[in-house]
Amino acid sequence: MKQKTQVEDIDRSFYDFRYDEDAQDFFDSGITPDIIRGISEEKNDPDWMREFRLRSLEIYSRMPMVKWGASIEGLDVDNIVAYIRPKSRMNTDWDSVPDNIKETFERLGIPQAERESLAGVGAQYDSELVYHNVRKEVAQSGVVYTDLESAMHDERYAGIIKDHFMKLVPPSDHKFAALHGAVWSGGSFVYVPKNVHLEVPLQSYFRLNAKGAGQFEHTLIILEENSSLHFIEGCSAPKYYEAGLHAGCVELYVGEGASLRYSTIENWSKNMYNLNTKRAIVQKNGRIEWVSGSFGSHVSYLYPMSILNGEGASAEFTGITFAGEGQDLDTGAKIVHNAPNTSSYMNTKSISKSGGKSTFRSAVTVSEKAAGSKSSVNCESLMLDNISRSDTVPVIDVRTDKCDIGHEAKIGRISDEAIFYLTSRGLSEEDARAMIVRGFADNVSKELPLEYAVEMNNLIGLEMHGSVG
Amino acid sequence: MSEILKIENLAVSAEDKELLHGVNLTVGEGETHVLMGPNGAGKSTLGSTVMGSPEYRITAGSIIFGGEDITAETADKRARRGIFLSFQNPVEIPGISLSEFLRNALEQQTGKRIKLFEHKKNLAAAMSVLGMDSSYADRDLNVGFSGGEKKKAEILQLLMLKPRLAILDETDSGLDVDAVRTVSKGIEEYRRSAGGTLLIITHNAKILEELTVDKTHIISGGRLVREGSGQLAFDVLADGFEKYIGEE
Repeated sequence: MKQKTQVEDIDRSFYDFRYDEDAQDFFDSGITPDIIRGISEEKNDPDWMREFRLRSLEIYSRMPMVKWGASIEGLDVDNIVAYIRPKSRMNTDWDSVPDNIKETFERLGIPQAERESLAGVGAQYDSELVYHNVRKEVAQSGVVYTDLESAMHDERYAGIIKDHFMKLVPPSDHKFAALHGAVWSGGSFVYVPKNVHLEVPLQSYFRLNAKGAGQFEHTLIILEENSSLHFIEGCSAPKYYEAGLHAGCVELYVGEGASLRYSTIENWSKNMYNLNTKRAIVQKNGRIEWVSGSFGSHVSYLYPMSILNGEGASAEFTGITFAGEGQDLDTGAKIVHNAPNTSSYMNTKSISKSGGKSTFRSAVTVSEKAAGSKSSVNCESLMLDNISRSDTVPVIDVRTDKCDIGHEAKIGRISDEAIFYLTSRGLSEEDARAMIVRGFADNVSKELPLEYAVEMNNLIGLEMHGSVG
Repeated sequence: MSEILKIENLAVSAEDKELLHGVNLTVGEGETHVLMGPNGAGKSTLGSTVMGSPEYRITAGSIIFGGEDITAETADKRARRGIFLSFQNPVEIPGISLSEFLRNALEQQTGKRIKLFEHKKNLAAAMSVLGMDSSYADRDLNVGFSGGEKKKAEILQLLMLKPRLAILDETDSGLDVDAVRTVSKGIEEYRRSAGGTLLIITHNAKILEELTVDKTHIISGGRLVREGSGQLAFDVLADGFEKYIGEE
């Protein structure tokens, strides 16, 4: 017994020693080509990917910091490398997970094994099993659903990936896209062949919890002609990383007549900077539907973009943002109408409470090629107290007069009258507020898969809990 | 008969203006009382204050319900004790269906889980008493309801929640003859099925016709100026207030 312990001790100190050396290196020198080569080697990248990472790094170091939105001053960019350490500082010890995160797991009713996994502590036994079953069903339909890293080494997909990877969101897009290009790790690759309609939604949830993945994950989805898919990203339980930067990238290619629904519930722990980039390009008569719930993170920049590139293509964006204490969530959506008779519909709700700040940006661009296009933007905000803030920033850029564009914004508060009405029926003030907020969010939760809608409702209940002063 | 509601020397202010100046009013369990008075006399203020509206501040006196002092209690606690107020202008709550809301309220009040199937059955029965189209159950609470539909929905809540004391604040105002008849049918059903106590604020004799009124209270300028039998309500409605509040 004693002997065994001794062996383990020696082992660990050996690792600790190496780890310290690595960390030292990283902190002193910032992010360098050598570090990127290291990452690349560890991942066994093909040559082109290594070159891609290095080019992205170059772009990253040249580009100015993002300055126009929510403040990201708290992000230690000089030591950005601290965030990308290959042995990512995920918690290895359940005891060191903050109490508020544990409590949230508890109240969402998440089993212990999953909690530990979400907190980066353990492996996710249950979900792995589910994942395997899904994978079997998916494979039978001819759909490819795998992780991007291993797909790059599969000769059947290598070419497709090379042709699409960061072509829609090039590293030159903005500083964090460049960072992503240099350090991306983990993520999903989905390929749906022509005429295949996948009935079961695919969930990235099972993937993102793989060790070390999740902070810079890349999602690449390609739908061929007349196919359809529902992809669900994330999970409503908070994901906790000690190092707080998430700069993921999502690229969606929707072929002619194809239809993709992309649902997300983001609930990063409240120390995270969530600087995520999502983009879809939609061909003739294709359709993209985004459903997006943003609850977590300290600061978010999130504006999924849809490029309607073929005649008759359409986009729908349904989103909800809930900003609580200490949160500055800058969210929205962009639509580019770049072909005739394209249509888009945006419907968003934002909620702010306890000093939280929620900013909604919508950008609709209609190019001169997009005659006969239609767009409708509708955003509503609800502020739960008078210390919270809600802003709406619509941008509309129209280059043809043959189109129909509408924008509507509403900002409100919960009235005392409504609270009295509901409490007079026996609901506590807390429950009354939660009910009003749930009702406000209703048309978004309706768009979510059932279990996510239930979880979102629980989450609202949770956010509202203790909000009555 | 035991007292279910006892209001003692109640003074109430809103925004530093005193609206009720020492009101005394007692209602016995199972009785039906009518509260009348000219516009601005303080009828709704009294009703809302008994329900626990945070809009009004109690500066003196007390409210005793079922022998317990509830003066400082919040509206939800009073509701759980069995007090109900039918609102003049029910609030619209988007995204929450009438059915869902009632199930939630019932579960809060009883502290028990209510099976969806059972709830739907009870709700359908109550709605048929009021001749409400079953589609209202799934519509958002009061959203886009006409004035009459809102009042019916209030009475529907009364039938479902079965409170011990129901305060009806001009539930009949702005309704046509048929709708008034439906509302009064609902009130009768409440009396029959729940045996509850009623405090009715009204300007309309129609709604009282089918009920046995035990007592009438007349309020004017924030004071109770007269109390009488059930007949007094009908006399006031026939003759006008002048004759009955003049003696102050």
